[in-house]
Amino acid sequence: MTTPDEKKDAAQAVNTAAQSSSETALEAAAQGERTPLDVVSVREGMFGVAGTGDTSGFGGLVSTVAMPGASERPYGGWFDQVVDILAELLDASGTGYDAAVESVVVDRGELTLNIAREHLVEVTRHLRDDQDLRFELSLGVSGAHYPHDTGRELHAVYHLTSITHGRRLRLEVAVPDSDPTIPTTVDVYPANDWHERETWDFFGIVFTGRDDLARIQMPDDWPGHPQRKDYPLGGIPVEYKGATVPPADQRRQYK
Amino acid sequence: MTTQTHATGHLFDAETEGLSTYEATGGDWSDIAEEAARLGEQRIVVNMGPQHPSTHGVLRLMLEIDGETVTEARAGIGYLHTGIEKNMEFRTWTQGVTFCTRMDYLAPLFQETAYCLGTERLLGITDDIPERATQIRVLMMELNRVGSHLVALATGGNELGATTLMTIGFTAREEILRVFELITGLRMNHAYVRPGGVAQDIPAGALDQIREAITGVKRYLRQLEDLMLGQPILKGRLQEVGVLNLASCMALGITGPMLRSTGLPYDVRKAAPYCGYETYDFDVPVSDNADCWDRMVLRIEECYQSMKIVDQVLERLKASTGSPVMVEDKKIAWPAQLALGSDGMGNSLDHIREIMGTSMEALIHHFKLVTEGFRVPAGQVWQTVEHPRGELGVHLISDGGTKPYRAHFRDPSFNNLQAVSMLCEGGQVADVVCAVASIDPVLGGVDR
Amino acid sequence: MGIEEAPSGFVLTSVEKFAGLARKSSLWPVTFGLACCAIEMMATGGSRFDISRFGMEVFRASPRQSDLMIVAGRVSQKMAPVVRQVYDQMAGPKWVLSMGVCASSGGMFNNYAIVQGVDHIVPVDIYLPGCPPRPEMLINAILELHEQIRDEPLGKNRQEIAEAVEAAALRAEPTSHMTGLLR
Repeated sequence: MTTPDEKKDAAQAVNTAAQSSSETALEAAAQGERTPLDVVSVREGMFGVAGTGDTSGFGGLVSTVAMPGASERPYGGWFDQVVDILAELLDASGTGYDAAVESVVVDRGELTLNIAREHLVEVTRHLRDDQDLRFELSLGVSGAHYPHDTGRELHAVYHLTSITHGRRLRLEVAVPDSDPTIPTTVDVYPANDWHERETWDFFGIVFTGRDDLARIQMPDDWPGHPQRKDYPLGGIPVEYKGATVPPADQRRQYK
Repeated sequence: MTTQTHATGHLFDAETEGLSTYEATGGDWSDIAEEAARLGEQRIVVNMGPQHPSTHGVLRLMLEIDGETVTEARAGIGYLHTGIEKNMEFRTWTQGVTFCTRMDYLAPLFQETAYCLGTERLLGITDDIPERATQIRVLMMELNRVGSHLVALATGGNELGATTLMTIGFTAREEILRVFELITGLRMNHAYVRPGGVAQDIPAGALDQIREAITGVKRYLRQLEDLMLGQPILKGRLQEVGVLNLASCMALGITGPMLRSTGLPYDVRKAAPYCGYETYDFDVPVSDNADCWDRMVLRIEECYQSMKIVDQVLERLKASTGSPVMVEDKKIAWPAQLALGSDGMGNSLDHIREIMGTSMEALIHHFKLVTEGFRVPAGQVWQTVEHPRGELGVHLISDGGTKPYRAHFRDPSFNNLQAVSMLCEGGQVADVVCAVASIDPVLGGVDR
Repeated sequence: MGIEEAPSGFVLTSVEKFAGLARKSSLWPVTFGLACCAIEMMATGGSRFDISRFGMEVFRASPRQSDLMIVAGRVSQKMAPVVRQVYDQMAGPKWVLSMGVCASSGGMFNNYAIVQGVDHIVPVDIYLPGCPPRPEMLINAILELHEQIRDEPLGKNRQEIAEAVEAAALRAEPTSHMTGLLR
């Protein structure tokens, strides 16, 4: 066991890093800029029924689904610093910031970098190794499926944490359904091993550069990728005293 | 290899030293030689689980062994995969709590709280959550942390054959479950923390009962300590076993007691505080040796620290009696106040009287909130909490609707279980059990 | 086949009583805890609820040494063949208690990953709803099962009763025809 003094020092170091970053993140959020929105899909109607089955009158409702879009400088807090350092490193290595980072989104006090898949490994290596970035802890990859966003249907989302500086960062890589490959980051962050397998299992995103991408949650011979939006929830209708309740994805429900 | 079995054996000792010896009685020499050659080339792969008393749940361990030494260890998971994340995409935001609570069933309140904190950030109402609701959340989380660590110690002991640890651990946990039942109505899988606050206020007299329960738990913890800490057998089995140093932990993304046993005091409650943790006075126990023994001792220490926090919360709860426990915005706040009636627990009659007799708006809000749910503005958020097993992360994506577009839970057990290969390879088969017990995975969280 | 071939009448009744009493008094469960219900099952084995008073505290790890399989928790598609294999490895007479709603009917998880009721895989003797059921509820189910085991017929009686049950099942109205009950 470390001495109480050493423990206190280490704890305090982590604390001060955390406080400074959370304060600055709060400042960034408080700047209250309107982030432009990025239309992803359009929702029509309010309930699951359309046509003559819908007697509510809400059938004509049209609402757009828009995710927060690219933000403009200044991003606020430490976000600018991180983006600047990353830009410096990418430009110095010849890759180029504009080629690697498609857009920067600052929303709800969080920084998201949309990365082009060809440069993902290099970006993660810079983020991990540079002393002012030092995002040592990778908290995994997960997927998201946006079927209406043609050409960018499958997203892989990486969450990185810097214990040294007390910062959190999200990297997002979008790939089309027709070619769902992303280079593996297991050489940079071995923690992503099982997470990549899970993302392959559930979304069909193929992580290239590793020879052991196998299903992890579903049985090895399971067809399909369950968490995609075009995969049914797969329940059975429940019968009780003559009435039938369909499974959750086939019920009439609010959109 | 040099047992004197016959008189002239010693003449060939120099030539036969280091060679494998096979005992054979009867049979044809050529058959025996063939069998010996075959055995030498064969890999023995032992399958532990998924049904096994010592693997902490439905975990399948495939061990390639050479005698007693494990040369390769692989973990097979997915035997408890429930598709909870996909299920949540078809339920409203509030109903999602009942699903995510069943992921890691030993620490359900952590999943609930992380999910609700994330939802509240998406809604933008984080500052509007009443103080008392936040205090109750902290109380429940810390009690849950003690309960979860007790199960870790109890099942770890049981897997090693120390059944008394199990009985004491579970009896201690019963004290906490009694408190949970008093406050939430259920012993496990509570669905108590809702987006906007908590489902209902703690009943009168609960604070004293919690104090008594804490005293009981401390007594049982001392019994556990007496049994465990001086025990030479336990020390022999747990010390220097399953060592994972800091570099490996960081590379594998390990968090929680495993990371703190390497010496790094990383705790999300200190690093990125939520629910007002920066205002509570508690320490983050660390140790140096990064072996199973240290992790076990750390868990006991964390129980004491959690109870220290609980003492502080109880004081604050006494001061904030009567304050609301749900956000004020009626379009988000869960409407029903539950009470025990003549036919069981249900909506309190006062509430029914209000919505049916007094306030039309309250009726409409109740109806819309229960059937449709509230709409959450589009965006994505990442919320982490310090789960007993590590850092639980919740990634929520909203498309502006009444249901989550995507809810992903980065469960700490899922991540930490990747270390099983590193912990077990090179050790003995018996150490596999200790190593897995020290990771303390809960397969519900691993498989979701 | 031992006591199964005992003669009928008074001797059979006595043998039934004795065998039933012996079988129910030390029913050993196999450790088949899957999810949350497993924790409640462990709590039932603990000292507050104590199923040791019913002779059941020895949870045998090996199915070959146990009589009762308490399927405690949600059975995923990947786990289903394992459930069946463990059931097959148990020596008769064996009983199955499906603990919790997930094991009984799929529970709240009506989706691709969960088998909607373990009775799709193994024959269940007693269903116990709850999410998770309290230890007292589990003990109640176990005691019901004990009564079932105690009164179980053997030999000729068993055959007669099995035939009667089958005839009744063939005459019974299927659930899908029971309409209008919710009015």
